[in-house]
Amino acid sequence: MFTELSSKLENVFRKLGGRSTINEKNIQDALRDVRVALLEADVHYKVVKEFIDKATTLALGQEVLHSVSPAQQLIKIIHDELVATLGGENAPIQFSGLPSVVMIVGLQGSGKTTLSGKLANYLRKKGRDPMLVAADVYRPAAADQLRVLGQSLDILTYTPQEAGSNDPVKICRDAIDYARQHSKDTVILDTAGRLHIDDALMQELEHIKAQTSPAEILFVADGMTGQDAVNTAKEFATRINFDGVVLTKLDGDARGGAALSIRSITGKPIKFIGTGEKMEAIEEFHPERMASRILGMGDIVSLVEKAQETIDLEKAKELEEKFRKNEFTLEDFADQLKQIKKLGSLESILGMIPGIGNKIKNLNIDDKVMIHMAAIISSMTKSERAKPQILDGKRRLRIARGSGTSVQEVNRLLKQFDDMKKMMKKMGKMNPNDLMKMMPFGKM
Amino acid sequence: MSILDKLKQRLVKTRENIFGRIAGILQSGAKIDETTLEKIEEILITADLGVSTTQKIVQSLQQRFKKEKPEKPELLFHMLEEEMEKLIVPIEGVHVEKKMDGVTPFVILIVGVNGTGKTTTIGKLAHRYTQQGKKILLAAGDTFRAAAGGQLEIWAQRSSVEIVRQKEGADPAALVFDALASAKAKQSDVVLIDTAGRLHTKVNLMEELKKIYRVIQKQIPEAPHETLLVLDGTTGQNAIQQAKQFSQAVKITGLVLTKLDGTAKGGVVLAIQQELKIPVYYIGIGEGIDDLEEFHAHDFVQAIVE
Ligand SMILES: Nc1nc2c(ncn2[C@@H]2O[C@H](COP(=O)(O)OP(=O)(O)O)[C@@H](O)[C@H]2O)c(=O)[nH]1
Ligand SMILES: Nc1nc2c(ncn2[C@@H]2O[C@H](COP(=O)(O)OP(=O)(O)O)[C@@H](O)[C@H]2O)c(=O)[nH]1
Ligand SMILES: [Mg+2]
Ligand SMILES: [Mg+2]
Repeated sequence: MFTELSSKLENVFRKLGGRSTINEKNIQDALRDVRVALLEADVHYKVVKEFIDKATTLALGQEVLHSVSPAQQLIKIIHDELVATLGGENAPIQFSGLPSVVMIVGLQGSGKTTLSGKLANYLRKKGRDPMLVAADVYRPAAADQLRVLGQSLDILTYTPQEAGSNDPVKICRDAIDYARQHSKDTVILDTAGRLHIDDALMQELEHIKAQTSPAEILFVADGMTGQDAVNTAKEFATRINFDGVVLTKLDGDARGGAALSIRSITGKPIKFIGTGEKMEAIEEFHPERMASRILGMGDIVSLVEKAQETIDLEKAKELEEKFRKNEFTLEDFADQLKQIKKLGSLESILGMIPGIGNKIKNLNIDDKVMIHMAAIISSMTKSERAKPQILDGKRRLRIARGSGTSVQEVNRLLKQFDDMKKMMKKMGKMNPNDLMKMMPFGKM
Repeated sequence: MSILDKLKQRLVKTRENIFGRIAGILQSGAKIDETTLEKIEEILITADLGVSTTQKIVQSLQQRFKKEKPEKPELLFHMLEEEMEKLIVPIEGVHVEKKMDGVTPFVILIVGVNGTGKTTTIGKLAHRYTQQGKKILLAAGDTFRAAAGGQLEIWAQRSSVEIVRQKEGADPAALVFDALASAKAKQSDVVLIDTAGRLHTKVNLMEELKKIYRVIQKQIPEAPHETLLVLDGTTGQNAIQQAKQFSQAVKITGLVLTKLDGTAKGGVVLAIQQELKIPVYYIGIGEGIDDLEEFHAHDFVQAIVE
């Protein structure tokens, strides 16, 4: 799905990129497709609506003429807006008091107990001395689960057994004294999973909060959650006003739209993500990465950024001019290849060269071919590159040997280059699609 | 209390009364106007049906609207329910519980991603089948997650059924092999095999599952008689990938949809059913031993529209 969507979106932006101007209509078209992508990533219906409205206003308000290409502009707007919504900066976990209390809350099976263990491990690495508290007295063997994790990490774990009680509120309260006695500076309360509409259990959380005054309350949400994320997050936020969010199970292929939903609805920062079952699988939250993941086009976004640094716009324009005037040489061609190589995927980068259409989907682009071509060209002398017509059989053989290719490959490249140049004469009248067909990137 | 009442009671909480919202809009004309369409789209999307399934339903609804010209919003809603229900795969032939008759041991393998409710569902099923007079054996095939065996053990005690379990880190395939041997020796009627949660994207874990499946077949060639994929009802579109990937690894014969006692609707199963044609057998509506119901298509779609 991930790849499917990526390519879907790539298509959207290619569609745009192929046009030289951007207008209200084509922005709207693209945004409609973005909307589908967001919905498929499980961002909540209303959150998507809001987001699209905002992005549309932003896009339409911008001066288009100065932009690199409409596609790039739109990608940037959408991505930046997503990053902004997800929270620009990384919000650290807060501490206060001795011991400082971290309370973990959330629905059943979201990953609270696992996260409690991971967090203890993480905080210890940061120099704190944490203790784990099993306050789930409902789920069978929940306390054992935490105890096993605690043991595996060699972290002190306080359970109903030590507390001699099955009352979660008392367990948590007593745990704080216990932590003091054992000179622990941090207490992590692993509470039972509960539904946001379960009033009795939500009340229990309120009591635990009141009795332990946590410096940090973390709401743990399953990264695969669908539209319901807003309902649960909203209710947990209203009832116990948590400080941060942890999104778990992001080691799979879920797009994690719940991140955007929860963030938009509660305004609370996402602080960590869970990326596996192991105790090390916890990461600080990066809005940039999450935005790319939700959009399903991480490559494109980083590519655009890279391209903006790497591709010299003036040079690109110059090149276009050379195309037009039929002055494009093998030297220029090699130059292009070098630039492209710096960027990685040839297919994605072609879409960003102004004047060249983006309809390259059905072209079978093979990066290996490109490497061979670069090798062939670099095995030529300067004068050969400037005047390929001097390349006789002997020279071709030398070049093939020098580049580790074959004479056939050298011939093919020269033929394609020749065809391309012929076509360039007519370029003014050509549609980019046809031009692309002339580009020698097809399977050799 | 009927299942529907129970569901309604549990599902209704934060839901808006969409029916009321549309009622006013429809009065204005005989054509589905943009606003109503948008509302319907919202109902379906927020129930996790996903974009393409939603579009499909909306299209067929529009066609019917043209032909039948319903004048009351009730009728429009009735149509909407019908269109959704059409997408639900009927439980073909005999229900899983009827298939058990005469087949011993009847082996049910339970699979799914992490935390969906596999172990809890097994606990509930053990109770349900025990009440139907079956002799049950549980296989604690999750030897990975901390205290997973202990969790199943408590469920085994709750309905006084047998359990085969080993220490953490043991080979699940070997455990399953032993459990089936034991079930044959003890003449158990039904064997419920728990497995560790695994994300469908993890190749090695999916290979492990295939191995468990092969071991089951080795012991009893017709088994597993059912392989149920447990889906968390709060999961969004990723459930489609889960269903696809698990189906590719082993033959999934039925679905269980859990956690429908919250405000989530589990609408993604409609998309899954369109693609994979796997029926939903049961739904989970709580953490208690009785909180398991048979799936009823009509109740399910009604809960979406409610
Ligand atoms: N793949 C993966 N599994 C996770 C992650 N976090 C938790 N889990 C698994 O999800 C399941 C439920 O986790 P648990 O901590 O028991 O959830 P709780 O009910 O909220 O305490 C277990 O199988 C965990 O191993 C994660 O980030 N990635
Ligand atoms: N509210 C609710 N919780 C459920 C349901 N089914 C399972 N759970 C809870 O979800 C969590 C994970 O369940 P578990 O059976 O351990 O999942 P597993 O990791 O797939 O075996 C536990 O806290 C269960 O009590 C359900 O239908 N409704
Ligand atoms: Mg737990
Ligand atoms: Mg389990």
